[in-house]
Amino acid sequence: MDLSSINWILLLASLMVAATPILLAGVGELVTERAGVLNLGVEGMMITGAICGFAIGVETNSAILGFVAAALAGAALSMLFGLLTQYLLSNQVATGLALTLFGLGLSALIGQGYIGIKGLEVAKIHIPLLSDIPVLGPILFRHDAMVYVSIFIVAGVWATLRYTRAGLILRAVGENHDAAHALGYKVVRIRLMAIAFGGACAGLGGAYLSLVRVPQWTEGMTAGAGWIALALVVFASWKPWRILIGAYLFGGLTVLQLNLQAAGMKVPVEYLAMSPYLVTILVLVIMSSGRGRAHLNAPAELGRSFHASS
Amino acid sequence: MIQLEKRPTPSKFWTWTTPVLAVALTMIAGGLMFALLGKNPFLAIKTIFYDPILGEFAFYYRGQLLVKAGPLILIAVGLAMGFKAGIWNIGAEGQYIMGAIVGAGVGLAFYPSDSPLILPAMILAGAIGGLLWAMIPAILKVKFSTNEILVSLLLVYVAEQIQAAMALGLLRNPDATGFPGSRNLAQWDASANLELIAGTGMHLGVVAALIAVIFAYILLSRHLMGFHIQLAGQSPKAARFGGVNPTRLVIFCMAISGALAGLAGLFEVTGPAGQISINFNSGYGFTAIIVAFLGRLHPIGILLAGLLMALTYIGGEAAQATLGIPAAAIQAFQGMLLFFLLGVDVLSNYRIRFLRKGVA
Amino acid sequence: MTDLLTIQGLTKAYPGVVANDDVSFAIAPGEIHALLGENGAGKSTLVKMIYGLVKPDAGAMHLHGQPFTPPEPRAARAAGVAMVFQHFSLFEALSVAENVGLGMESPPPMNQLSREIREVSHAYGLPLDPRRLVGDLSAGERQRVEIVRCLLQDPKLLIMDEPTSVLTPQEVEILFATLNKLKSEGTSILYISHKLEEIRALCDGATILRRGKVVGSCDPRQQSAAELAELMVGEALHVPDRAASEPGEVVLQVAGLTSEHVSTFGTRLQNVGFEVHAGEVLGIGGVAGNGQDELLSALSGETRGARETVRLRGDPVGHLGPNARRDRGMLSAPEERLGHAAAPDMSLTENGVLSGWQREKLTSGGFVRWGAARAFAEKIIEGFDVRTPGTHVAARALSGGNLQKFVIGREILQRPDVLVVNQPTWGVDAAAAAAIRQALLDLAAQGAAVIVISQDLDELMEVSDRFAALNAGHLSAPRPARGLTIEQIGLMLGGAHDMDVAHTEDAEQIKDMYQNPKSGEPRP
Repeated sequence: MDLSSINWILLLASLMVAATPILLAGVGELVTERAGVLNLGVEGMMITGAICGFAIGVETNSAILGFVAAALAGAALSMLFGLLTQYLLSNQVATGLALTLFGLGLSALIGQGYIGIKGLEVAKIHIPLLSDIPVLGPILFRHDAMVYVSIFIVAGVWATLRYTRAGLILRAVGENHDAAHALGYKVVRIRLMAIAFGGACAGLGGAYLSLVRVPQWTEGMTAGAGWIALALVVFASWKPWRILIGAYLFGGLTVLQLNLQAAGMKVPVEYLAMSPYLVTILVLVIMSSGRGRAHLNAPAELGRSFHASS
Repeated sequence: MIQLEKRPTPSKFWTWTTPVLAVALTMIAGGLMFALLGKNPFLAIKTIFYDPILGEFAFYYRGQLLVKAGPLILIAVGLAMGFKAGIWNIGAEGQYIMGAIVGAGVGLAFYPSDSPLILPAMILAGAIGGLLWAMIPAILKVKFSTNEILVSLLLVYVAEQIQAAMALGLLRNPDATGFPGSRNLAQWDASANLELIAGTGMHLGVVAALIAVIFAYILLSRHLMGFHIQLAGQSPKAARFGGVNPTRLVIFCMAISGALAGLAGLFEVTGPAGQISINFNSGYGFTAIIVAFLGRLHPIGILLAGLLMALTYIGGEAAQATLGIPAAAIQAFQGMLLFFLLGVDVLSNYRIRFLRKGVA
Repeated sequence: MTDLLTIQGLTKAYPGVVANDDVSFAIAPGEIHALLGENGAGKSTLVKMIYGLVKPDAGAMHLHGQPFTPPEPRAARAAGVAMVFQHFSLFEALSVAENVGLGMESPPPMNQLSREIREVSHAYGLPLDPRRLVGDLSAGERQRVEIVRCLLQDPKLLIMDEPTSVLTPQEVEILFATLNKLKSEGTSILYISHKLEEIRALCDGATILRRGKVVGSCDPRQQSAAELAELMVGEALHVPDRAASEPGEVVLQVAGLTSEHVSTFGTRLQNVGFEVHAGEVLGIGGVAGNGQDELLSALSGETRGARETVRLRGDPVGHLGPNARRDRGMLSAPEERLGHAAAPDMSLTENGVLSGWQREKLTSGGFVRWGAARAFAEKIIEGFDVRTPGTHVAARALSGGNLQKFVIGREILQRPDVLVVNQPTWGVDAAAAAAIRQALLDLAAQGAAVIVISQDLDELMEVSDRFAALNAGHLSAPRPARGLTIEQIGLMLGGAHDMDVAHTEDAEQIKDMYQNPKSGEPRP
């Protein structure tokens, strides 16, 4: 193996790109879960976002329209989940799984005609001065706009949850829906909005894969990214900035693993390829045991159905 | 205004009617989907649901029905135990793969022996392979309270990579040139899991599935363990009060579901599939989740649901061949079925009341 | 002067039950009006309609002479109606200030809100730190959060639903002082309770509900407690009788019981120790959240500890789980009927198997004998007068009182040597409560050791031979129950936790009332 063949600046630069899909999906799921809803359909919403974003992007030749379409598709799919869990009171775990299975099928169906088609060129932003700083410039300041949008979303979610009344109400609904209902808050409506936000973010994350990171459409291309995003929320103890840290750590790992493959490390490719999943499991174990006890920070009503009968 | 009102006692009638209703709704929605794809919806539904059983070429399809239903039922029965107890093993696909790999590995270690003990040893190894793979999320849950949903699922991706590594490396057929993959186990007499009655598709895996259904039925309806499984799923605190040991329950349910998924993988690799290849797995582990819910987590229900789901696979293939309906449409169709099922499920626990507006 | 709130012919029906049937009454400005009635009399439904949580089927409400039909709580709050809930509407993981802010229409910025909370809470003798997490507060302090939340909105009408059920007698004094101060400032209060002495001490007028109907209205100060009770219950109540008996040998010894793990906002048991004799009832009092659940769980075996912490007839059982303890004759019935003592969606037969399969031999070779199980459930239903169509009915379909009779009956019929019950009559109608207390006394008379954990002091005084109090996880030394004064009990319960005791005339009066409970005589 030849480690010197790895360009470390390039590696660090691609880290942010590798992390963006799960960052987007993760922060969306965080909002959903803070409202007390566990949506295990992230993978299904991501993959649907990936194909819808890709299809619309290619058809209109506009990445922006592609991303918008992906967000709408993700949100639409999440509303299916919302309808079932919030109005028809179905089990959230089972419904989330159904969403993933359905999303995988639906995306493959839509994507029939887009296999092997070349994707768009998404422009990199050039920020005067900043982008030209040696080393730091290429690592931090020469990416496409979505990378910065995703960071902006994290900051927005953090500020909203922490400082605004809307954020307070969202947290209240996730902590005790009966009390929130007794105070006159519309639990179901608030949760639906949180679910839709989660869906839109997952859709964006998927579209980032198909429009920027890969960029083309292949069936099942999310390859578990949605599940990793779910794990990321646990890793982050339901705190927005920690999602950012987690996503970038994970992005770094993915990129390193790919670089090691390319550098010809004397380990079969498959074992390197499984490392992100193993590391995710390891992180879950560390976070849920010992002093970390991530689940202590979990919203109290996570996964419970609300029915205002009494 | 429509209002939901909780029933004092869950409705027995709706518990068994909802799956039928869900299937009917899925046929309607699926028909719409096929129409959108430019296909004749009635013809498509007939091709999927009618032709394989009663159509012209049914003699061929009928055998396939059991071949497909066997692994689905076997896996779903195991999953249902866990789901009933509130233990969510959704990584059956991974356990299925590992069962096949471990079982095939044990068999191939003795190649080309013709001992009659090889197949039994492989079956045992297959069950153990799936069981051990399921023990990873089980032990992590028990020891560190790690979420078993995420761990069991992430392990599917790990298992897929191991499968690829095996097909390309350790288990690769040394006599083959070209394509990666193990020796064909179905063509090796010592390991072949052949049809027991020609033309029926009945192989050892189907027999195992039927045995599993019977055992699960007795366990759940008659045995204290089954009572405790249901108690833990419905009311964890009451279960603790009733002396149910949650650790033991997690290990038990994960072990059963892992072992059954491993068995399904083993019977598949020694029979219908024949060899470990890069993409040997075909999603049975995930479809079995739908089967488990469609069967109301009840063994007999799962038996029927497994047959129905197998029908969509076979009918789907037929529709692909004759009508050009893409395979993905069938996958979406199956996902839709689970959606409708979960949606109409509300009827068994709630009563729907229609209120006239303005009566205040 | 016109009435602040008038209610005319309010009716609300749920499937199978008319919760409120043609209810009418009025509240004057500055009046403390009592709504008196048993559990299930329809009090909660009525106030939910006033607060906009439930819409009436028929009838009208007027506030300040104007028609008042709040479509949601927000509208009620805007009109000057505030409510303190019986089961708190608080968020444990949020701070006091955040909790208060959530209950207000347009709260000021957090800093200012925190300042206001500090000021108002001190002014009314209910000091609060706005930064603390509600999950870390005692039950009394949590109630203060609710009250302060209401006060900050300057309400015209304050609704209080069973506010004293979570307070020590000393805390009740402080609360009453606060309410009287509010009254003197012109605020009307609708005070819901089934505690007659409180109502006689505090309220100016009373409306009595029974089975959803108004059965009387009176000036509670002019009526004796017995008269009020008869109006409320509709019949003379059976007071449990007990044969005086000499306590036998020590059956259960608990020593050095300290919780190792607690849930996020749970209470740690601290070195709890006591002994119970055969034929004796030990009453353990305490305000909610002082370790009752933890104590029950340590005694039932749901939480295991060191071997020697719990001894049954000298044998260490502290390390054993629930089944092993049941085998040895140590049984329990937790507070939460649905979801802990019984599985809501399971039939009564199945719920009989839940804790009875060992001692009643309902299994053979691991297989459940469903016939025998059904017979056991039938025996409970018959023996304890459980009103139900049959053994196939799901537990959640039973009323609170019937299910509680089933749960207690299930344990008693298994002939325990030790029975531990937590809140045996919480939310149960008076007749069922009396039956349950009698059953517990009968069990003790047959030689069992009985531990009753309860927040209802009247109940404990009625059934206990000895009394001990749980306070922040500590258990006081048990004392003979006979002859204990309410003030002594209050001090055992921890008195008024770090509260400013307001020494007003009202407080003195209330103390008076508690020192002569059940005097039944109108005040001169």
